[in-house]
Amino acid sequence: MSAGLWLALAGGLLGATMAQAEGVVAPSDVVFEDGAVAVSLTGAPGNPENGPDIINKGSGNCIACHQVSALPDLAFQGEIGPPLDGVGDRWSEAQLRGIVANAKMMFDESMMPAFYKTEGFIRLGDEFTGKAHAGEVTPILTAEQVEDVVAYLLTLKD
Amino acid sequence: MFQGKGALALAIGGALSLIAAGSVVADEPAKLVVNGEIEMVTETEAPAHLDAFDTIYSGWTFRTPETRMLQMDDFDNPAMVFVDQAAEAWDTVDGSEGKSCASCHGDVAEGMAGVRAVYPKWNEAAGKVRTLVQQVNDCRETRMGAEPWKYDGGKMVAMESLISVQSRGMPVNVAIDGPAQSTWEQGKDLYYTRFGQLELSCANCHENNYGTMIRADHLSQGQINGFPVYRLKNTKLNTAHARFKGCVRDTRAETFNPGSPEFVALELYVASRGNGLSVEAPSVRN
Ligand code: HEC
Ligand code: HEC
Repeated sequence: MSAGLWLALAGGLLGATMAQAEGVVAPSDVVFEDGAVAVSLTGAPGNPENGPDIINKGSGNCIACHQVSALPDLAFQGEIGPPLDGVGDRWSEAQLRGIVANAKMMFDESMMPAFYKTEGFIRLGDEFTGKAHAGEVTPILTAEQVEDVVAYLLTLKD
Repeated sequence: MFQGKGALALAIGGALSLIAAGSVVADEPAKLVVNGEIEMVTETEAPAHLDAFDTIYSGWTFRTPETRMLQMDDFDNPAMVFVDQAAEAWDTVDGSEGKSCASCHGDVAEGMAGVRAVYPKWNEAAGKVRTLVQQVNDCRETRMGAEPWKYDGGKMVAMESLISVQSRGMPVNVAIDGPAQSTWEQGKDLYYTRFGQLELSCANCHENNYGTMIRADHLSQGQINGFPVYRLKNTKLNTAHARFKGCVRDTRAETFNPGSPEFVALELYVASRGNGLSVEAPSVRN
């Protein structure tokens, strides 16, 4: 199969399966300004009600490194990053979007993983299997999940 | 010595550890003294090559009092059963040459004293750094005419533990200069490489964040002076390479295999970060 045909096919598949279409900014197209991302990755506001699920393990697993007092039901909250209490006061929506999408743009060399990034990894694995990754790379969170968690973070006021 | 005690431990170890878990919670053991006689250095000045910290700590110091207690007496240490099995293997003839380990090395307590403390180590004939496991398999193949054991299989990890026991309490002292230096540098590079989709290096967790909680885990400095370790979680002995593999996998990366040149180099480097801590193997972890 020629490369051109393969690309065309892949593009078609992507459009069909991920509804990448209308308004969604692809991970490699995200524009950072001083670590912040001005426009919504989906073109629409996020739903803060999905925030707690994304923060939990099995999804964004933010809780592995951060404490969130508003979510006492989430067990074993980590201490690596600062508690997320009050982040809605400390950061703007654009800054929070930038931090979640790729914290290294805001904090040099940050330990915090980039949740909306698909390139530049060393020995990328297939999830947590320890095997090499094959095929298309998906970011840890979808554009919609990034927007939802950002909307939730904005509700965390002191 | 521990021999014989191990069989007892098999019979009553479970009961003892239950008692230990129930009764000593308030009584935090601050010093690790094994069998009331082997005094372990679990905290000491960092080796000169390591700029990251002033003080290095054994993984023992980060575990719960209950888990720490299990390592203080060979009767309670669940790993000792496997050490006893390896003691039998030590004396057992295997392979085409009609030899056992004892045929060349004599009594394990004499023949293997101090060995663990200096491995991984440069091997002149092989022209490379060898781990203890690789040395055992070299003996099996070239001297005994026996099949090599699986790198991190049960027989090998038990033998590695038996050999380590003969150095308990001695300071880890691996050489990082001379012919070993390039391997050591390679291991150091790996230690600071941010692998996988989470882009995390060993240093992110074990150098910059030891002492803090990552989810339910209390992060240690990731030292290997206690390896092989018996983990209560999988109820068996675990090699350092298996632990490395798990940690790399958890970064959502493609791991390296136990025994790979990368993990041999990493083992040398990580061991050198613990130069000065006591050989503790086999230790106990959650
Ligand atoms: C592996 C650890 C880790 C994970 C997982 C993680 N973070 Fe972070 N985060 C950090 C660290 C460390 C910082 C501090 C910034 C720095 O210096 O790198 C931080 C900073 C932040 C900040 C700024 C906080 C402030 O008060 O300044 C926000 C907001 C944040 N993280 C949100 C999240 C969200 C949302 C998730 C999950 C989707 C997440 N983090 C997952 C480690 C992590
Ligand atoms: C995302 C965090 C993370 C990363 C990255 C990581 N580890 Fe770990 N490691 C852990 C946790 C959690 C444990 C269990 C608690 C402990 O001992 O720190 C652990 C345990 C260990 C142990 C066992 C220590 C003991 O005393 O039982 C060793 C050795 C180790 N890691 C080495 C490494 C090496 C080498 C690397 C890099 C190849 C690495 N780790 C990367 C989180 C990590």
